[in-house]
Amino acid sequence: MLNLFAAVSEDGTFKPPSIYEFYPEIVAFEGTPFAINRIMMIRLIVMTLLIVIFWLWTRKFNQAVKTGNVVPGRFQLLGEMALNFVRKSIAHEQLGEKDGERFLPLLTTIFFMVLGMNLTGIIPFANIAGTSVIGIPLVLAAAAYFTFIYAGMKKHGMGFFKNALFPQGVPPAFYIMVTPIEFLSTFILRPVTLALRLLMNMVAGHLLLVLCFSATHFFFFTADGVFKLFGAGTLLFGFAFTLFELLVSVLQAYVFTLLTTVYIQLALADEH
Amino acid sequence: MDAVNIAELSGNIAVVGYGLAAIGPGIGVGLVVSKTIESIARQPELAGKLQVTMWLGIAFTEALALIGLATPFIFN
Repeated sequence: MLNLFAAVSEDGTFKPPSIYEFYPEIVAFEGTPFAINRIMMIRLIVMTLLIVIFWLWTRKFNQAVKTGNVVPGRFQLLGEMALNFVRKSIAHEQLGEKDGERFLPLLTTIFFMVLGMNLTGIIPFANIAGTSVIGIPLVLAAAAYFTFIYAGMKKHGMGFFKNALFPQGVPPAFYIMVTPIEFLSTFILRPVTLALRLLMNMVAGHLLLVLCFSATHFFFFTADGVFKLFGAGTLLFGFAFTLFELLVSVLQAYVFTLLTTVYIQLALADEH
Repeated sequence: MDAVNIAELSGNIAVVGYGLAAIGPGIGVGLVVSKTIESIARQPELAGKLQVTMWLGIAFTEALALIGLATPFIFN
């Protein structure tokens, strides 16, 4: 939050946000490997909240099953809709019932973790997404990477690598060209783009919001005359981009989960 | 008014790089969406399936622009 109000440098000109937005000062355990800054604190809070919400949801579901109460309350309905979204429209749709259920725990975890961490980007007083530093996207991308390799190995054994690197129906001479490209795209670019897509969406979104609101602050309190009017415009843009960020947060959670599902599905697919 | 000497413009070349990196994906995402709209207009009952595929296509295409955004930090 302090960064937001440092929009003016010493000589009275506008100071745009920089990459140092993502290195806030450390607040606890400085000098140890467990140093905690603002972003880390937000992540821990989000994790705690997610665990509490899921615990409450499962308790509600169990109660409803036990008492035979078929009319869900508002809170329970929200949980059913959110969990069913991942289950029905992502897992079952792409993987089918049987394999969908197998990988559902991972997909649900990825979806809700990404969603929760993304949403802190627009929540007042948090104002930075937990996913806007490489750690979380990297961990989730690694989880997706190892899962689709595991899924393929379990189903096809070493045939998985043969299918992935030597696609059938290609004249043997072309393998000199095709195999390196397939290797690059399947085993290197997939996890890299998964992590980078999420990270860069959040970084760009955060920088845009900081730019809009710090410009508003600069125009209102430092600039003089007609320039004060520009502040209204940047404020409006700031609000518009906040709504846009809400859309991006949900979309990125969806896209990350969907891509993980598709990679698993491609690994499970039979050779043609 | 003074003539601006291009060679004296200051700033970071990475900005130009990102601008270039955004052209291709911009056109690509536009194509993906326009084709999806066309297909939905032809076969409205397939809208759900087509939209999922559209998001996938957008995600793959958009990755290029985001890699462009990341490269200045990597090759600094």
